[in-house]
Amino acid sequence: MTAGTLAAEGFRPLRIALVGPPNSGKTTLFNTLTGGRQKTANYPGVTVERKSGRLRTPVGHTVELLDLPGSYSLRARSPDEAITRDVVLGRQAQEGLPDAVVCVTDATNLGQHLRLLLELRQLGRPLILALNMMDLAQKRGCEISTEALSRQLGIPVVTTVAMRKSGVRDLLGQIDTLLNQTPTGGGAAAIDDWVEPSPDAIRAYHREVERLLPEAVVREGAPERLTRRLDRVLLHPVAGPLILIALLFLMFQAVFSWAEAPMDWIDGGMAGLQQWLSAYLEESLLKSLLVDGIVAGVGGVVIFLPQILILFLFILLLEDSGYMTRAAFLMDRLMSAVGLNGRAFIPLLSSFACAIPGIMAARTIAHPLDRLVTILIAPLMTCSARLPVYILLIAAFVPATTVWGGIGLQGLVMFGLYATGIVGALIVAGVLRLTLLRGGRQPLLMELPSYKWPNPVNVLLGLWERAKIFMRRIGTIILSVLIVLWFLSTFPAPPDGATEPAIYYSFAGLIGRALEPLLAPIGFNWQIAIALVPGLAAREVAVAALGTVYALSGDEGTVVEALTVTLAQSWTLATALSLLAWYVFAPQCLATLAAVRRETNSWRWATFMFVYLMTLAYIAAFVTYRVALALGGG
Amino acid sequence: MSGHGEQERQLFELGRLVKAGLTQPLSLMRRGGVGRILAVRSSDGDREVERGLLEMGFVEGACVEVLHYGLLGRDPLAVRINQTMTVALRRGEANAVLVGPLLDQTADARSSASQEGRPL
Repeated sequence: MTAGTLAAEGFRPLRIALVGPPNSGKTTLFNTLTGGRQKTANYPGVTVERKSGRLRTPVGHTVELLDLPGSYSLRARSPDEAITRDVVLGRQAQEGLPDAVVCVTDATNLGQHLRLLLELRQLGRPLILALNMMDLAQKRGCEISTEALSRQLGIPVVTTVAMRKSGVRDLLGQIDTLLNQTPTGGGAAAIDDWVEPSPDAIRAYHREVERLLPEAVVREGAPERLTRRLDRVLLHPVAGPLILIALLFLMFQAVFSWAEAPMDWIDGGMAGLQQWLSAYLEESLLKSLLVDGIVAGVGGVVIFLPQILILFLFILLLEDSGYMTRAAFLMDRLMSAVGLNGRAFIPLLSSFACAIPGIMAARTIAHPLDRLVTILIAPLMTCSARLPVYILLIAAFVPATTVWGGIGLQGLVMFGLYATGIVGALIVAGVLRLTLLRGGRQPLLMELPSYKWPNPVNVLLGLWERAKIFMRRIGTIILSVLIVLWFLSTFPAPPDGATEPAIYYSFAGLIGRALEPLLAPIGFNWQIAIALVPGLAAREVAVAALGTVYALSGDEGTVVEALTVTLAQSWTLATALSLLAWYVFAPQCLATLAAVRRETNSWRWATFMFVYLMTLAYIAAFVTYRVALALGGG
Repeated sequence: MSGHGEQERQLFELGRLVKAGLTQPLSLMRRGGVGRILAVRSSDGDREVERGLLEMGFVEGACVEVLHYGLLGRDPLAVRINQTMTVALRRGEANAVLVGPLLDQTADARSSASQEGRPL
């Protein structure tokens, strides 16, 4: 029975795996083939994304296409590449052997990309070679004979132009042809016998490619020039780092200025919703839960969506254009001084939006220790959830004056908080590398791909993916935390003739007051202690909680305005600075801890991260408070 | 696999170049320098670095050109292999790659140098 008839009789969709080296245009091809019909999930036990999508072939087979992480060889060097190997070899639990494999190669870099195909051919499974980016190769005057290549390799060869729908017709036709053939069998033995190629085996693959290429490549194309010219500037030892800094500056500038308008819309929408609910609902517990608990809380988090999306837009553009690897190249030396890999730059940059995608992006780092250090310091990058707290405290305590000829003092303090996080992260990484996580490092060995225009479809699908992850987080973790918090801060109700705000007598108040003696040495009063309890679940909730503690009500905007005035009157400068220092380090995000657990597959490292960050936060707040007091900030 | 005679010839050639002082590790090449890889060998036990280098295209016989250095300690390096792929690597790994002159000036080496307006 052929795979095609199996599918036709409705047993299951055919499963085809897309395999290829990084930068072969594999993901673009996947997006063109499956369009919006994609599903992203996780492989069990690891946070490697499992991307799959449905498509229909011209004959009418339904195919489930699996986009496997890019890899130069089946010899996996990172958790990502291990998934590729295990799926191709049928060793991945709950996955099963794919019915066929499509190997995607960059036609302009065939000499380097064919080795992976030869490795796959050894397995004796149904295989198609897709020569991708054929339009680029032709533009450079390169001519490849697919017939000769197919004859030499003994497998079907098609050319594709991943950006265009018409560019994938041959591939779909070839999938049909392959699926209607009866499998020859015999593949099973080759798959079971698979071993990691030795250095000499890799050399043999090189020689095989050298033998094949002259037969298939009718005319060699001219080497790419634009990338060389651009790199002369972008990788210049002096100009390169300066351009990188300028780009990062522009990026953060955009995150704050472009996001302003959409954040105002969200704020206005949420305030309107609150007013509407207040007007139409009877005074009851349910109303309190909906208005004060859920809408206010969710609104306080959703408001960061624009900032997160703008930051990711930049990151996706930089990645898709090929610049991100240059950034890693420029940063490598600096980061290797504290035992990090240049590749860690990308996850750490993402962590400025939110530590969770940053922690997930660390899976591209092959060496387990390099990866663990990167994960452990990711929460020290100032994520956007800290911003509302920073903004509130800076507005209340830092005068809006300028220093040194025109630099705003408030902006300078904000910059200082970011810088403290970065410097702290570098020190922690260095210390971890010298103590707990000593040992081997991963070689850098990283391809610097040719520059290209970012593909809008790739970028938009990537953004959509991020937005979905963020909204899902709000719908699950944050929503449940908000309901629990509402419960804790509403019950029990205050006694008759209460003089303090209601929250003072609630469970949250009890916990906060119990914590107060512990927090007094760092200058926190009971109001802060209470606000920190909900703030432990998600940082941004602390602002709303402070509003509740100081018995302020109204929509978000007015609460923040009133809080600014109240705080400036009731806190000392030393207390405010101490709270800012606390916020730079404190691990106040349950979702991040959950991500670390999932990613490292153990509670041990999540617990370790919580303890070390808590210790750092306490020490930093203590020192800040005492120094500020000594300098007269009391 | 190449024949026995071929291996002997290569070894002889390598010895001759080393004696003449014409070889150097990739890590010591200057920016803009070009050459042909003579050997890829790493000293670590499981030959992990060697395999990694081979997988990224650093193989005996390939042409290399050092394009860029980092600012601090001239590390890492960006190296163009066979005029098609550019790879970043640290000096430590580049030590495992022994490079000699482009003796047999094959078409790709010649054309690349003339295109970039640099004498061989």
